[in-house]
Amino acid sequence: MDFRVDEDQQALRDGIRSFCEGRVPLDALGELASKELDRTLWRDLAEMGVFQLRLPEAGGGLGLGMAEAVLVFAELGRRLLPGPLVWSQLAAGLVEGAASGEAVVGGLDRMLPGSEPILVEHLDQLDALLVLRPGGVHRLDPRSLRAEKVATPLDPLTPIFEAAGLPEGERIAGPEAAQQLRLEGGALIAAQLFGIAEATQELATAYAKGREQFGRPIGSFQALKHLLADMFVRQELARSAAYAAGATLDHPEAGDPARAVSSAKVVAGDAALANSRACIQVHGGMGYTWEMPCHYYLKRTWALAGLFGSGEEHSERLAQQVAAAL
Amino acid sequence: MDLRYSESDEKFRAELRAWLAEQVPAHGRPPPSHDWAARRAYDTAWQRRLFEAGYAGLNWPREFGGRDASPSEQLVYYEETARAGAPYVGVNFVGVLHGGPTLVAEGTPEQKAAHLPRILRGEEIWCQGFSEPGAGSDLAALKTRAVRDGDDYVVTGHKIWCSFAHVADVGELLVRTDPNAPKHKGITWLILPMDAPGIEIRPLPTLAGEGEFSEVFLNDVRIPVANRVGAENDGWRITNVTLRFERGTAFASEMVQLQQFLAELARIARRVTRGDARAWDDAGLRREIGHLAAELDAIWAMVKLSVSKSSRTGVPGLEGSALKLYYTELYQRIAELGMRLLGRAALSREDVGGLPSRMLLHKALQSLSLTIAAGSSQIQRNIVAERILGLPKER
Repeated sequence: MDFRVDEDQQALRDGIRSFCEGRVPLDALGELASKELDRTLWRDLAEMGVFQLRLPEAGGGLGLGMAEAVLVFAELGRRLLPGPLVWSQLAAGLVEGAASGEAVVGGLDRMLPGSEPILVEHLDQLDALLVLRPGGVHRLDPRSLRAEKVATPLDPLTPIFEAAGLPEGERIAGPEAAQQLRLEGGALIAAQLFGIAEATQELATAYAKGREQFGRPIGSFQALKHLLADMFVRQELARSAAYAAGATLDHPEAGDPARAVSSAKVVAGDAALANSRACIQVHGGMGYTWEMPCHYYLKRTWALAGLFGSGEEHSERLAQQVAAAL
Repeated sequence: MDLRYSESDEKFRAELRAWLAEQVPAHGRPPPSHDWAARRAYDTAWQRRLFEAGYAGLNWPREFGGRDASPSEQLVYYEETARAGAPYVGVNFVGVLHGGPTLVAEGTPEQKAAHLPRILRGEEIWCQGFSEPGAGSDLAALKTRAVRDGDDYVVTGHKIWCSFAHVADVGELLVRTDPNAPKHKGITWLILPMDAPGIEIRPLPTLAGEGEFSEVFLNDVRIPVANRVGAENDGWRITNVTLRFERGTAFASEMVQLQQFLAELARIARRVTRGDARAWDDAGLRREIGHLAAELDAIWAMVKLSVSKSSRTGVPGLEGSALKLYYTELYQRIAELGMRLLGRAALSREDVGGLPSRMLLHKALQSLSLTIAAGSSQIQRNIVAERILGLPKER
């Protein structure tokens, strides 16, 4: 047992981080929102290995695991990279072109279908649409959906389309694969949420060091310090849970993957929400403006948090696990 | 980033599990909490059993009787002892978990030889003499004076919150050796023999009604200079070594126990009824339990990360403050859930109506100390903010 991020993993993380920082400057988020999905960026992400990460080396992949995928997706979350990143990663072995970034693949989790409207992210940019159903994984032609673009999405970088219905599509994998993809998707979302918790803590801390009121940096006041300390603690808790989800999915003998994913989704979801809210609070009036990046983080958190099972659903699952062990 | 235990870890686990299965029942039930002589005997006898089986001082170097266990073996130990319901470290806490480790890191060869084996064998109980009535969170403001007189320091002062002082043989003592230096620069760390003339111990009952800690009055107590740990006036640095042990890994075994405690609450929730439904039938309560389970899983993963990072016998990192901060507040929330589950039965400190009021109330009351002891949560937040995040000091 050595839970540290090893040297290769660090190098992978650093590479993705500097790529993201170079390609998505925080002050250019507004521009990015007004454009279509950048296919060049998408192919470059593929080149970095974001989608083919877990494919075997013989098949042109990197032969890495969920632990590495979690590290990579934490970076994508940190920098608010747009697009159906998680679905395209999940699709890498299932849909041709997904791994190379030639095909942009989106998806819908319909394992617990309810009365909610059917909202598909990035629909007009998709080459394929995956749907997880209790009966299996289905592939749909995005053009087969009757859907209307929602004029003003919550997250400026996540355009959405309301579909009138969902065709059955082609069943490409069975129920077990659907369950497994939902777990992996949950872990990757938890990783992005951890990334958001970390990024917002860093933004808020930097602001508190530079912003002066009453003749000194506001970060010297305990009221702010304690708020920022709590942000850090939540971030580290989310990191640990997200890493554990990745490591447990790679090696189920080290624990229960479903439990680890549920815990990660609950804890990282809480951390991202609390930290992105606190980030706005620390920035004061500026935090409430469109031009600061803070609101993008909170809106992305809201957009991600419910995917692959809400915090409530996963809390209920965990309670049943605690009870089952009695 | 690998959570798998190795074959040798699993071998260690199997041996430990078999040993615990035999020894834990053989050691019997713990004595009543007010019977301190019996508690000392019970806790030290368990420590002796651990020592004889080679499980004492798990992360201590072999030359001092320790096992020099790998970080993963330490985690296995915490998991297995909690699983087996093994006796808690009890009165050995200070010696085994932070006094001893401080000597390992900073003591002289003579100090190590004199104390470390005795601590591990359960022959020497330590207490802590850090805080004073005027030096709590501002520990460096301590006033207990030590004046050099030949080969001795002559010490006069008043210490408070000294856990296990009335059953201890030696204490971790902080004294002021240079009253003219800035407050952090005039402190020295001494080993206090509790049988030295001039020591008076007055018990200070806790709100849980227990006599765990005492005030210790020192009147011209002579302590040999040889008992000094580190250099004169370098005590603040040594103190931070001690505190990192106290805040970091010292809580690891309790975290595993807390998982069992949460399972116990789920068991109670499935038994108690509200009207004609079980408490467990309430989705809100189930989610609360599930949410707490998620937090416990996460903090245990955080311990694994922290233990993996610290070298075998190394001093825990500053993340100990973050761990302690979260763990202690989480503990209080879980204990509070226990009080709510009891309903009216929470009015009794003895078991009533078939419910374990005694245990749940004990947890709820005793948990209040956790966010105060070893640096309050507010102090931990300052440490995280200033030492980890690099925020400027107030003033």
